Amino acid sequence: MTLTPVQTLIIIFMVSIGTMITRFLPFLVFKGTRSNNSYIGYLSRVLPYSAIGLLVVFCLKDISFKSPVYGLPEIISICCIIALHYWKENTLLSIGAGTVIYMVLVQFIFT
Amino acid sequence: MKEKITALKAAFPHTIPVLTGFIFLGTAYGILMSSKGYGVGWTVLFSLIVFAGSAQYLAITFLTSVFNPLYALLMTLIINARHIFYGISLLDKYKDTGRLKPYLIFGLCDETFSIVCSTNPPEGVNRNWFYFFITLLDHSYWVLGSVLGGILGSIVSFNTKGLDFVLTALFTVIFIGQWKTRKDHKPAIIGVLCSVICLVIFGQSNFIIPSMIAILAALTIFRKAEKEEIKPCDEKESVQ
Repeated sequence: MTLTPVQTLIIIFMVSIGTMITRFLPFLVFKGTRSNNSYIGYLSRVLPYSAIGLLVVFCLKDISFKSPVYGLPEIISICCIIALHYWKENTLLSIGAGTVIYMVLVQFIFT
Repeated sequence: MKEKITALKAAFPHTIPVLTGFIFLGTAYGILMSSKGYGVGWTVLFSLIVFAGSAQYLAITFLTSVFNPLYALLMTLIINARHIFYGISLLDKYKDTGRLKPYLIFGLCDETFSIVCSTNPPEGVNRNWFYFFITLLDHSYWVLGSVLGGILGSIVSFNTKGLDFVLTALFTVIFIGQWKTRKDHKPAIIGVLCSVICLVIFGQSNFIIPSMIAILAALTIFRKAEKEEIKPCDEKESVQ
């Protein structure tokens, strides 16, 4: 441990507060206005799709296409996931196999 | 009581993918924490009261550098800013959830959101308890995974390199699932495209907020272009 227990507790508290702000904010801001606001209604229908897109990019943000290994482990694993998910349509299988393939790639092939 | 059990039974199958994902991720998190000298108690405390995977992973870097609470708060806000989107998306679904509402909002992590957004309770199942149990189960899996990882990390050591890809895999699968069940791909494409463009422009540590602004702007422009075609997200779409 680099920090003291009290400092660690403060960090946990801060991370918790930060998370809670982002989760509670929309419900506090839009309290009561929802039912007669069609713009917010529209956003709540389309945003989930955009948000998942953002999350995928967020997970892949550290890939570097300029230096070796040029993002190849990620690209290969994601292609496998897509193929597997279209073929078998089994969430667990796609996630599990995709992760194992990635771990093998970064541990043994693109080391 | 019977009502709650019915809701629990209906909720459980939807959370199975998260069970696996969180046992993986939680275990990896617990192992990582223990490798930095934080025992299982700290890990569980974190997982119980924060319950946000990416923020907790990021928080490991706050714990291993100079003590700076304000930086920790700001980074958490940025990395979790996407939750604001989730909240807006669920304003309607969580409107009449009464006394369960604070916990439902507290537990609104990425995975819980993706299930709640894409799933409706079967007929005869209480809506509020259904969403409550999805949230509670996911929360428990996360804590359970953390405990396992914390214990495992203190007794054995093995190469976990690449294990965090499970998060990427999970989101990719959700993305494909949404893509297959929806004809209009514009929101998904907007999400990916705006994020990639902002990533290139602003770099990996600053692109989230610009991406969110760009996504909102793009969605707003497209809404004006064609108002009627978009269907609600809660038709038959499942994470599975």
